[in-house]
Amino acid sequence: MNDIHTYQKIASQVRRDILRMVTGAGSGHPGGSMSSADILTALYFKEMNVTPEGWTRAGNGHDLFFLSIGHISPLFYSVLARRGFFPVSELGTFRAYGSRLQGHPSIDAALPGVHQASGSLGQGLSVAIGAALAKRLAGDNGRVFVLIGDGESQEGQIWEAAAAAVHHKVDNLIAMTDWNKQQIDGSTEEVQSLGDLTLKWNAFGWECIVADGHDFNSIFEAFDRANSLLGAGRPVMILFETEMGHGVDFMAGTHEWHGKSPSQEQCQRGLAQLEETLGDY
Amino acid sequence: MKKYINTGNKDTRSGFGAGLSHLGTINPKVVALCADLTGSLKMDAFAKAHPERFFQCGIAEANMIGMAAGLAIGGAIPFAGTFANFATGRVYDQIRQSVCYSETNVKIAASHAGITLGEDGATHQILEDMGLMRMLPNMVVINPCDYNQTKAATIAAAAWQGPVYLRFGRPGVPNFTPEDQVFEIGKALHLNEGSDVTVIATGHLVWEAIQAAEILEKEGISVDLLNIHTIKPLDREAIISSAVKSGRVVCAEEHLIAGGLGEAVAGLLAREHPVPMRFVAIDDRFGQSGKPAQLMSAYGLDTAHIVAAVKEIIGVK
Repeated sequence: MNDIHTYQKIASQVRRDILRMVTGAGSGHPGGSMSSADILTALYFKEMNVTPEGWTRAGNGHDLFFLSIGHISPLFYSVLARRGFFPVSELGTFRAYGSRLQGHPSIDAALPGVHQASGSLGQGLSVAIGAALAKRLAGDNGRVFVLIGDGESQEGQIWEAAAAAVHHKVDNLIAMTDWNKQQIDGSTEEVQSLGDLTLKWNAFGWECIVADGHDFNSIFEAFDRANSLLGAGRPVMILFETEMGHGVDFMAGTHEWHGKSPSQEQCQRGLAQLEETLGDY
Repeated sequence: MKKYINTGNKDTRSGFGAGLSHLGTINPKVVALCADLTGSLKMDAFAKAHPERFFQCGIAEANMIGMAAGLAIGGAIPFAGTFANFATGRVYDQIRQSVCYSETNVKIAASHAGITLGEDGATHQILEDMGLMRMLPNMVVINPCDYNQTKAATIAAAAWQGPVYLRFGRPGVPNFTPEDQVFEIGKALHLNEGSDVTVIATGHLVWEAIQAAEILEKEGISVDLLNIHTIKPLDREAIISSAVKSGRVVCAEEHLIAGGLGEAVAGLLAREHPVPMRFVAIDDRFGQSGKPAQLMSAYGLDTAHIVAAVKEIIGVK
């Protein structure tokens, strides 16, 4: 699958899933799910060396992905299901009692594809560093990917981890930031400004790449560039510039849809803007 | 009363260091992380012998817990060490989500626990740590009593699949348990057979409880004495059968009453076999600077206070 159009079609279906899951559950986080949708589609349908058949929690011999921003679980679950980790029909159980699709990803629920619980912010980068070090110790050539949020980067632990990854020369790690510039209470600028993220990651000693998180050409170029930087003693951060709520006009570019479910009518308006490419669950 | 011999005072943290070094040589999966307290935790021998398996994390405990979780996901058996204060309260949410809820095989090595940390004072003397860790589903809580037991507990923690909180201390204390002991997680040690009162002690208070039992025996009071090194899971059978036999229980620990061994035992007995109880522990206050022995006495955590609690519960002047 090298045709950009193919990934766009998958991402369109993923965005439909997100809308329908959040509407069906009556709660959840559509905004960030939409902004990261193209990144995760690119990761799971092309970039990462992992298959549902060979998947293990330990990740020996394959690439690992950690979702630090656990609240964008609708996206994570949709991509995993569409990639074949579990039946697509299960997406309809999102947030329901007894479901493996917990509000935030859980190990307890034993959902294939999930390596670690997340939801309380700031922890995933540290965990990814540990997993990358485990791969180094085991002589395993697999890579470790982790997605963090820009709002999440207000957490102190992110910067503890940033320093640790450089100190321990973790160079089998590709971290990514969904830089959508929105968070629950407003824009990141209003809530607590992040300053120059590129400058910050560079100052910590990371290789830092900036890419357009909604342009598959730009996403794949960023991965190619990241891969070329691995193995040289430094961790890599890709700052993906994105738009919260991307793909649905009334959700796009505003914090309002960070953690709110649409009404049935709003859901229909959104779905009308997203082509059904793989069949709704 | 069975005789227990102090083979010489040693700190329990050195028992941890020795156990970790032993694990380093026998199990290549064991790795260690430390937040700038390698010497204090006695982790330096492991760090020197296995530099590729030792991760200095600096003064950044939250990240250390996360890194330990990630290492565990990849198949390593990580021991993350720092002072008990920074190993629990400071990183409670990281332990909750990245370790316990995520069921990662992380061992938290917590030194300088309790008031015997001494001169550094209340900021460092955590007295709530066992309570915090007990509350977390999936967590095992171990508080060994001397050097030999701490070494054995460290080795047992590595063999246990799942999160473990291993608590030990700073000062030299009597070393009296067997050097070659096999440590069984969740199994109380019956130190003396008695009938008038049950004394259940943990950590540094076990030796004090032995001394107290000897004094009480001379006064005609027979003590059934349990060394509870595992606070969670509790050895229900040992506690209930002793309480049934004696009808009275005194618990002794270097911790607040809130959340500690005593409350754990009280919770069990309230459901299974209610008996009168006394708590040799600290009641709702912070510590302060001083020498360890001085503080133990001032805060009511020594032999004399155990003797007094036993006499009070029995109704002897």
